Amino acid sequence: MSESSTTPLHLAVALDGAGWHPAAWREPHARPKELFDAAYWTDVVTEAERGLLDFVTFEDGLSLQSTHRTEPDGRTDQVRGRLDAVLIASRVAPLTRHIGLVPTVVATHTEPFHISKAIATLDYVSTGRAGLRLRVSRRSHEAEHFGRRTIPRFGPEDLDTPVVRELTAELFEEATDYIEVVRRLWDSWEDDAEIRDVATGRFIDRDKLHYIDFEGRHFSVKGPSITPRPPQGQPVVSALAHQSVPYRLVATSTDIGYITPHDTDQARATVAEIRAAQAAAGRAEESVHLFGDLVVFLDEEPGAAAARLERLDTLAGYPYTSDAKVFTGTPAQLADLLLSWQRTGLSGFRLRPGVIGHDLEAITRGLVPELQRRDAFRRSYEADTLRGLLGLARPANRYATV
Amino acid sequence: MSTPLKQIHLAAHFPGVNNTTVWSDPEAGSHIEFSSFAHFARTAERAKFDFLFLAEGLRLREQGGKIYDLDVVGRPDTFTVLSALAAVTDRLGLTGTINSTFNEPYEVARQFASLDHLSGGRAAWNVVTSWDAFTGENFRRGGFLPQDERYSRAKEFLATATELFDSWRGDEIVADQASGTFLGDARAGAFAHQGQHFDIAGQFNVPRSPQGRPVIFQAGDSEEGREFAAAGADAIFSRYSTFKEGQAFYTDVKGRLARHGRTHDQLLILPAATFVLGDTDAEARELAHEVRRQQVSGATAIKHLEFVWNRDLSAYDPDGPLPDIDPDPGEHTIARGRAQVRMYRDPLAVAREWRELAAANKWSIRDLVIETGSRQSFIGSPATVAETINSFVQADASDGFILVPHITPGGLDVFADTVVPLLQERGVFRTEYEGTTLRDHLGLAHPGTEVHQDRAAS
Repeated sequence: MSESSTTPLHLAVALDGAGWHPAAWREPHARPKELFDAAYWTDVVTEAERGLLDFVTFEDGLSLQSTHRTEPDGRTDQVRGRLDAVLIASRVAPLTRHIGLVPTVVATHTEPFHISKAIATLDYVSTGRAGLRLRVSRRSHEAEHFGRRTIPRFGPEDLDTPVVRELTAELFEEATDYIEVVRRLWDSWEDDAEIRDVATGRFIDRDKLHYIDFEGRHFSVKGPSITPRPPQGQPVVSALAHQSVPYRLVATSTDIGYITPHDTDQARATVAEIRAAQAAAGRAEESVHLFGDLVVFLDEEPGAAAARLERLDTLAGYPYTSDAKVFTGTPAQLADLLLSWQRTGLSGFRLRPGVIGHDLEAITRGLVPELQRRDAFRRSYEADTLRGLLGLARPANRYATV
Repeated sequence: MSTPLKQIHLAAHFPGVNNTTVWSDPEAGSHIEFSSFAHFARTAERAKFDFLFLAEGLRLREQGGKIYDLDVVGRPDTFTVLSALAAVTDRLGLTGTINSTFNEPYEVARQFASLDHLSGGRAAWNVVTSWDAFTGENFRRGGFLPQDERYSRAKEFLATATELFDSWRGDEIVADQASGTFLGDARAGAFAHQGQHFDIAGQFNVPRSPQGRPVIFQAGDSEEGREFAAAGADAIFSRYSTFKEGQAFYTDVKGRLARHGRTHDQLLILPAATFVLGDTDAEARELAHEVRRQQVSGATAIKHLEFVWNRDLSAYDPDGPLPDIDPDPGEHTIARGRAQVRMYRDPLAVAREWRELAAANKWSIRDLVIETGSRQSFIGSPATVAETINSFVQADASDGFILVPHITPGGLDVFADTVVPLLQERGVFRTEYEGTTLRDHLGLAHPGTEVHQDRAAS
C-alpha cells in the first residue's frame, strides 16, 4: 500500500476518568460509580493491552477537576475526584504483561526523591514497563492544598502577562531540575552494585553507589536513592507541551513529548521547533519521541461519531473543546489521518478516548486492526519493556566507570 | 463455659534493612524484586494473617562517613509496592510506614485514600517521625525540624490528614446518569486547617474510601510516643516481645486510653517478633545459634561496637577482646541514619558493662555482640512457639505479633505451615477471614461519617 510506512506507528491512550468528554460518564458503558475501584482500571488497561498499545497514561492532579484552567468550578454534573495515578498504575501492573504504564506526576508540589523511588518501584513491579508524565501546576488553589508556596491567582486573560510568563518560566525551570534529580537518582546505583560477597560480608559494593549532590536554584538533593536502579535503567519520562517553554522541557529532558497540532502544518512546525531545541540542548543524537495528541470519537458507521459527539455536547450543555484536535469519524478515517500526520515527523499518537467505555474498544478493535491491515502497527508485542516497545536503548549509567 | 479465649492478631514484616535479615543464606532471595513481595504476601494471606508490614528509611545509612554495606541495602517505595500487592491478594491488610516529616498531608492522605480504594479497604499507615538533617538532605524543601518539634508536627500532620479523610462523608458520589448529577455536594472534600505547622485549605480530591480512614499505627517508645499512640492510634508497633516487658508496656499504654476517652479494645499492642523453628526445641536452639552467627559476622560485630565507641575500630579483631580504650564521649558522628545509636544514652557506662561481661564470660567482640544484641523472640518446635505466643497474648503481654522472619521471601512459610494450624486448633486464631477490610480483621470500628463542622457551617 502506498501510504504504509516503513516505520510502524506507536500508539498510546490517555486515560482520564470515564473519558475526555465531560458527559462521558453518562454513556451506557461508562461505569461511573466504579471510577474509584481497581476493577475498572484493570479492565480498561487490560483492554488497551489487548489492542497491543505501547502504553497508557493516567491523568492526575492535586485538586478536583475543573473546567477552568486556573480555579475550581464548583460543578456537580461532571466527574470529580480521582485516585493517585502512580498507585493506579502500580495496582494494574501485576495484572498486565506488556503494556507500558505512565502515571502523571505533578512536579510543582511533590518531592523528586519520593517520585524517583516510586517510579523505579513501578518499574520493578511491572518488570520494566514504567514511565512518568510530568506536569507543572500553576493553580493557586493547588498551592493552597500544600501551603508551602504561594502562586498568584490569575485568570485565562492574564496568561500572556509578564507575571504569568515569568511564573511559567520559573515553574518549568524547576520541573527541568526535578527531572534531572529523578534521573540522577535512578542512576545513583550502578546495575551491579549488589554483590552479596559472603567472604567480606559486604552486601553491596559501595563504590557503585553515588551521591547525586544536586544543587539547583530551587532545591538540593543529596542521594543516593534508597531504591536500586530500575530494570529499564531509566524509566521513560514524558510531558505534554503546547508552547515554547514546555517544548524546551521536552527537548532538554524527556523521552517523549506529547504535542497538540490541529493540522499537518502545525505538526511540522512544532516538530521542527522541538528538534531545533533538542539540537541546541546537545541532544540531537538522542531519541526523543514526539506523539501527537488527539481526542477521538470513533464509530464504524460514517457520521455516527459526529452525531454521538453532538448528543454528548447536548448532555453536557455546551460544545466540547480541547487543547488537542477533536476527531470524529471511522477507524479507517482516523488511520488515514494518523498516517498522513506521521509524515510530519511524529513517532506516534496518544489518543484520548472521548468515552472510554466506547472509544477505547473502537481503538483496540477498530483502529488497530485497520492499521495492521496497512502494515502500520505491530501484530504482537515485540518486547517486554516500555523502552523496548519504543525502540529506546537501555541507557548507560552516567556514574559508571568502566 | 469459661471466658472466651482472646483472639491473636498476626502480621508479617517484610525482612528489612538491618542485620537480623540474613542475606548470605543460599535461601535468601531478592529484597527488591516484586516476586519476593508477592511470595511473602501470599504466604501471609494463606495463613490468614491480619496484615503485611513494610518499614521505611529515606536515606541510606552511613558509618564513618561511608555508606553502610554489611546489611541488606536498598528498598522499594512503600506505596507503590503495597498497591501492587493489592492486586495479588484479596484480604491481607497492607501497612506502610510513611514519614510525617518529609511529606505533606494532602499528598499522603491522597495516597492512603487511594490505596484504601484500590485494595478494597485494606490500608494502614504506620506514622513515623524523623527530624534529622541527615535524612533531610534528600528532600528539596530541606524539611528537617528541631528535634522537639517532631511529635508536634507528627500530631498535627495526622490530625490534618484525618480532616482530609473526613472531608468526604461517603455519599457524595451520586453518578446518576439520568439526571446528570455526578457529585451530590459541590463542597465535597472542603477543608480548612490552620495550625503551627500547616495552613492549608481547599478541597480534597479523593472520595471517602472503604475504611473511611486507613488504620493508624504508631511506633515509638518515648513518653511522648506512648501518649501520641494512646490519643489517636489504632495499633502500636512495639519493641517488647518478651513477657515481662511486654506486660509492663501493655499495662502502661492501655492505662492511658481512658484519659483520652477511649476504651481498652480501641488500641492494639503488636510487638515485632522474630522466630526460629525446628522439629524439636533442641534443634531450634541449635539453629537459632547458627542464625545469630549469620546475622553477626565479624565485620558486623566491629561495626556494632562502633555505635557505642563512636570511633573507628576497624583495626580490632572481632575474635579478640574488647577495646580497652574508652568511647569517644562527643556527639555521635560515626553512624548516621540509625535509630539504634540513640539507644545508647551513656556510652561510657555501656562500654564498662560490656567489658565486664566479656571478661567474665571470656567473650570475644563477636560473642559479645551476638550475646547482647541478637535475641530471637520465639525459639522452639512449632508446638512450643504456638504455646508461647498464645500464653503471651492470653496474659496481655500483647494482642498479637508482627513477625519478622530472617530470610526473604520464604522465611514465613514454615511458620504459616506449622505454627498457624496449631493456633487454629486451639481456637485462638482465625481459620477464615470473617470480614473484608483490615478494620474487620483487627476488630476496629469503621469511623463514623459525620461531616466536619466547617463544611456544614460554610
